[in-house]
Amino acid sequence: MKLQIPNPGLEERIPSHAELEELEEVQARGRPQWDNKAQYMLTCVGFCVGLGNVWRFPYLCQSHGGGAFMIPFLLLLVLEGVPLLHLEFAIGQRLRKASVGVWRSINPYLVGVGISSTLVSYMVGMYYNTIIAWVMWYFFNSFQDPLPWSQCPVNENRTGLVSECARSSPVDYFWYRKTLNTSTKIEDSGGLQWWMVICLIAAWMVLWVCCIRGIETTGKAVYITSTLPYVVLTIFLIRGLTLKGSMNGIKFLFTPDLNELLNPATWLDAGAQVFYSFSLAFGGLISFSSYNSVHNNCEQDAVTISIINGFTSIYAAIVIYSIIGFRATERFDDCLSGNIVALLNAFHLPEGNITESNYNEVLQSLNSTSPEIIQALSLKTCDMQALLSQGVEGTGLAFIVFTEAITKMPISPLWAMLFFIMLFCLGLSTMFGSVEGVVMPLQDLNVFPKTWPKEALTGIVCLASFAIALIFTQRSGEYWLALFDSFAGSIPLLIIAFCEMIAVCYIYGIDRFNKDIEFMIGHKPNIFWQATWRVISPLIVLVIFLFYLVSTATKELTYIAWNPESDNFPMLETMFYPGWIYVIIFILSGVPALIIPLVAVYKYLWKSCCRSDNTHKKSISTVSFFTSEMLTLETSDR
Amino acid sequence: MWVWIVCLLTAAPALAEPLCSKEVCDNYGYKVRISIKTALGDKAYEWNESEMFLFRATVAFAMRRYTSDETYNVSDIVVCNKTARVSFWFLVTSPANTAQLVPRGQVEAAVRLSRNRINSAFLLTDQTLQFVGILPTLAPPISYDTPPWLIVFGVVMGVVCAGIITLLLSTLLKRTRSKKNLLETEEEEDRRGSITANGRLCESLREKDPGRGHPDDVHLSKL
Repeated sequence: MKLQIPNPGLEERIPSHAELEELEEVQARGRPQWDNKAQYMLTCVGFCVGLGNVWRFPYLCQSHGGGAFMIPFLLLLVLEGVPLLHLEFAIGQRLRKASVGVWRSINPYLVGVGISSTLVSYMVGMYYNTIIAWVMWYFFNSFQDPLPWSQCPVNENRTGLVSECARSSPVDYFWYRKTLNTSTKIEDSGGLQWWMVICLIAAWMVLWVCCIRGIETTGKAVYITSTLPYVVLTIFLIRGLTLKGSMNGIKFLFTPDLNELLNPATWLDAGAQVFYSFSLAFGGLISFSSYNSVHNNCEQDAVTISIINGFTSIYAAIVIYSIIGFRATERFDDCLSGNIVALLNAFHLPEGNITESNYNEVLQSLNSTSPEIIQALSLKTCDMQALLSQGVEGTGLAFIVFTEAITKMPISPLWAMLFFIMLFCLGLSTMFGSVEGVVMPLQDLNVFPKTWPKEALTGIVCLASFAIALIFTQRSGEYWLALFDSFAGSIPLLIIAFCEMIAVCYIYGIDRFNKDIEFMIGHKPNIFWQATWRVISPLIVLVIFLFYLVSTATKELTYIAWNPESDNFPMLETMFYPGWIYVIIFILSGVPALIIPLVAVYKYLWKSCCRSDNTHKKSISTVSFFTSEMLTLETSDR
Repeated sequence: MWVWIVCLLTAAPALAEPLCSKEVCDNYGYKVRISIKTALGDKAYEWNESEMFLFRATVAFAMRRYTSDETYNVSDIVVCNKTARVSFWFLVTSPANTAQLVPRGQVEAAVRLSRNRINSAFLLTDQTLQFVGILPTLAPPISYDTPPWLIVFGVVMGVVCAGIITLLLSTLLKRTRSKKNLLETEEEEDRRGSITANGRLCESLREKDPGRGHPDDVHLSKL
């Protein structure tokens, strides 16, 4: 049973196979092209492999049953990630346009999908580059010994450390005070922080210089930005494995707890992680594969990139947890030696009487003889498991936990530099895809005049993003960023991906799509692809979407704030969002989602009121596809 | 004579005892805690009477330095309540009058002034040679004329700006060069008198790939 929604006029909107062959031979310098296959693969790998592989996956892995998490992750990678990736590659390669052009070719009513993904790419790019600005700030600050986050600054009369720092920790203080200078709630904007503004300028300028001519320049940049993270991860792995306590971390990470598989949240988190990790529905992947030659084997590419992405997630998790294990062991040792010193001081015992090995027995015997003294000491409980599961995710992992671990290693500035340059490369290569996903659709929509050079287009997009991203350089910037992260990049993407699959399978037609793939790569996609494209992947995406919608709609929206005056300091304070935030949330999540039906309705109304011009427009559109390709050929000759 | 000596010998400890009582120590003395093994690990030395003598000598030195009174001697430093932890209390008596004790404030100031010298005599630090109640003076933070991060930022921005300018200039040059070429070919064709846009396309295509036959015919028929 093949469901096919009637789609009149499709033949005229898309190039036929014969036309594609012609274009393949004639088009020497028409549409931009990859210099070689390696550039394309590195760009796609760079786009997919991002900060989430380093700081989200290890946390999920550890919190959802360690080694057992691999099962849902790998299963959903195969059932959800690979099919969607193959779909985006194939449709981009076939229709040879950016996201807006592709959906417009399939059906003019679907332009909303393209516009929606452009909008999401834009909003995500804005806050993602701010994280890169933070990484650059830390990188700039790594060129000194001792590192500025390794010790608390001294107060004015030099009798003690600054109170905020002494009560929390030097890394917390450097992050919340010196970097963000964070206010206590999102309403307190606090003004722009100049050091953050100039780091943001630096981040956007670096991005612009790499994207300035589209894939001509990004294709060169990815040789470094996509490969350097792997080099640094390997260096950190070797360094991490030689540190004390690293095996504790790795064991903790992979210890399987099969009971977690019964928890639906595990499966949903795995599905969401696979989905976001592949940077699907941003439109960037469609755009990148549209520069490929028509007979490029997109099936093989999709499988290869999925394997690389999965492998990178696991590799990064091993590295991160070896370092976290080291940090937890150091903290445990510090805690224990603090307790030992307290006991030695209280009971006037000579040094060396209490060691780590006999600590428990000695404590017990002392407790039985003089419990009041023990009580008065208020010894801390040193729990290795608790320290290991202090596994944080996101910016907390990178800027607090990991930086603390680095300060305990010898030659810390070197490790800090390496770590932050790795994060920088990971983030930058993802940003290339994001910028591509904004610039090319805008070109397709003819927002900019055709005579403007590519440099101006990318420059304007970067400038516009920078201008709005200044929100994140305020004192309350981090709260805004968390808001964007939760709402701009989550729900709309799921809707777009679902619409993409429905559009390709049922509006474009799965039969036609199968024939296209047979034409492009030489064989028809097998039963696995058919099943996943038509039923399994849309179902998985729908389930994840419904879960997210329900969980977001039902719970009270809160955020965590750094408030030195709060009672639980240094624990972060949970605050409720003010009322006007809901407007912002609606703009972030609702607008991209609603654009899809709204544009369809608009197109329908416009078509029905201008029905007389329809036939005329049809013949023009036939001509227009071809002339546009020829015109690009001509203009590039000049 | 012998009686006097015996009396002195028996009286001396008796005189010392009230000094080491809790009230006196609390009011005039300071507790010291020494952690040699923590500080030096394998190279730790044994704490014995000679080390104690050195300690008393350094405190006397500190008092001399602070008060500029060169009469302070090792005998003016009284040590009591020694424990196996290696912790003890010490008091300072005035050199002029052994019954009079130097006030706490003065002792603290003297120790603070010469803290570094006392620490280095024992190869210890503020944390391992601990004077309970005397806060260590923290080292001043390292201050830079230009923060190092600004220097790195400047370097990175310089490289990026140079890159941007280079790329923009090269695009600009390419455009002006191709505009010049275009003007030249237009003049050439005006002279040759050939046909329209499609014709020019055919010309350039034919030049590119002479063995292709007539691709222009196919395109014309489509349009």
